[in-house]
Amino acid sequence: MRRLTRDRILSIALITPSALALLVFVYGFIGFTAFASLTKWDALLPDFTFVGLRNYAKLFSIQRFQLDLRNTVTFTLFFLLACLVIGFLLAVLIDQRIRGESLFRSIFLFPMAISFVVTGVVWRWLLAPGTEQTGSYGVNLLFEQVGLHFLKNGWYTAPIVWHLPPDSFAGGLLNSTGLGFLTSPMFGIPWPMFSIVIAATWQMSGYTMALYLAGLRGIPDELREAARMDGASEFQVYRHIIVPLLTPITLSAVIVLGHISLKIFDLVVAMTGSGPGFSTDVPAFYMFDTTFRGNHFAQGAGIAMIILLVVAVLVIPYLIYSARTEVQQ
Amino acid sequence: MTPSARPARPFRLRRLLIYVVLFLAAAFFLLPVYVLLITGLKSFQEVNLATMWAWPQSPSLASFAKAWNGSQVEGFRGLSGSFWNSVSLAVPATLLSALLGSINGYILAKWKFRGSDVLFPLMLFGMFIPYQSILIPLVQVLQRLGQITKPLSVALLALSVPPALAGFPPWLANFVPAYGTIGGLILVHVVYGIPITTLIFRNYYAAIPTELVEAAKIDGAGLLGIYRWVLFPLSMPGFVVVIIWQFTSIWNDFLFGLIVTSRPAVQPITVALNNLAGSYIVQWNVQMAGALLAALPTLLIYIVLGRFFMRGLLAGSLKG
Repeated sequence: MRRLTRDRILSIALITPSALALLVFVYGFIGFTAFASLTKWDALLPDFTFVGLRNYAKLFSIQRFQLDLRNTVTFTLFFLLACLVIGFLLAVLIDQRIRGESLFRSIFLFPMAISFVVTGVVWRWLLAPGTEQTGSYGVNLLFEQVGLHFLKNGWYTAPIVWHLPPDSFAGGLLNSTGLGFLTSPMFGIPWPMFSIVIAATWQMSGYTMALYLAGLRGIPDELREAARMDGASEFQVYRHIIVPLLTPITLSAVIVLGHISLKIFDLVVAMTGSGPGFSTDVPAFYMFDTTFRGNHFAQGAGIAMIILLVVAVLVIPYLIYSARTEVQQ
Repeated sequence: MTPSARPARPFRLRRLLIYVVLFLAAAFFLLPVYVLLITGLKSFQEVNLATMWAWPQSPSLASFAKAWNGSQVEGFRGLSGSFWNSVSLAVPATLLSALLGSINGYILAKWKFRGSDVLFPLMLFGMFIPYQSILIPLVQVLQRLGQITKPLSVALLALSVPPALAGFPPWLANFVPAYGTIGGLILVHVVYGIPITTLIFRNYYAAIPTELVEAAKIDGAGLLGIYRWVLFPLSMPGFVVVIIWQFTSIWNDFLFGLIVTSRPAVQPITVALNNLAGSYIVQWNVQMAGALLAALPTLLIYIVLGRFFMRGLLAGSLKG
């Protein structure tokens, strides 16, 4: 009995350093950042004069930050969609008892082992469009050589933002309902962001493939057989049996990829930076830029808190849900 | 038409289609590697945009040498120094966080105490936070820490050593935890590595039957004895997964390296590569060679120990 109590104390003593470190480095630091975002700290030397939510109010009125939000939404939507669709398709194909399965799996997954910086450096070169003088580079050159000229474009250098033209039918409709602001480029889709989406999808879609493959392997064959017996086509089997059964995996993938995309930084720095007209600027890059280059600490802290809040909205319900299901087991 | 030929044809066509799509996808995934390789292998004379996609006529390692050593004439740093910085950063940080994770996981799996089920998710939260939200105080704290540890690094720098050991203490001074040192960066990676390593080990140990622990208790073993003689010998696969995962993420980290190390002498390779690639004086073939050098260690680990890498990946998102 004495032994047990001593071990009890020892067990708590052993986990205390880690718990304390996280208490300070995670919760304490977040608390400090939250506090700093409510102050006037705008130079190297701290100025902790309390200003309330003024930094936040200012942030949302700054055009660069508004564009960042647009870019992040664009990136998150298309990156998630691409990873889920490509990952699912590859997993289904690999699951068809094919030859060289492990080789294909390895090829689709290896980009996960590489740094975002390497990915960014390579894709910047691949998607470099070239100029009139130099001729085409990279992928554009490839398109030229195989006769797909129409696919050539400026990639991350083209300051194109797709948005509803105000004089179009849909634009007119929005105008007449007081939603005319939706036709501004602020609510458009910046084309340069797709270069980042391509590179990020190249890196991460193998991950969703691995998740889905593990899920597919966990579905008993009898289920599919039973559905086929009932006369379901192969498509119907996937649509009504497999995909619903894989929902928890889709959820995990959305959480993990979503939180990666909301804080994406390395890839953007290595590939484009802010891009033409801030078309590839993202909150994490703005935060770095304004805090560590501009010394606008309070503003940087504000951006950091907004990123954290958005990520927390995504992650905390998931953590609670996972903890609950674990207790039930 | 024989009766058996009819169902066979669409079947074969379907197989063919599956392979065509898989090969196209594989080509997409391997395309950047192909470009990295052929561009890096080209000599400086051969770098011609028109033949960018062609295999080099006379492959040479000159670009790799240049990316590794840098060029004084052209005025850019090579990656060799930062490569070794990354090694001396990632190896100790990986081992330390694996050890911490193993102990935490052991306690959270086999020595549950009141509140441990609350503590665990609170610890896990650190895995998901965007690090932007801790960078500002992190820099402040590391700078303060540097003021405290400064005498130590000064002493290490001033220490006179026999000529045979020349260069040893100054090198060691980089490992004193502070802002702008490798030691500071190790500290950061160890702390923010705790959540994921604890998670992987906790799930790993949870799968080991508690009867083993109970039996050892009856035999009179204590907490440390059980860990040392029962759990630890069974931990190898867990350690392999955690070590691969941590090494890969620390090697590939860019944000902490960028924020914590401002001097090129202590920068990790990702930061150095970004500087190399961002410089207009460095040719594309040197950039590609540099990118390949930066990717090589983790790629090799992936090729040799891929299935453990996979397990770490799945552990990060799926329970168990």
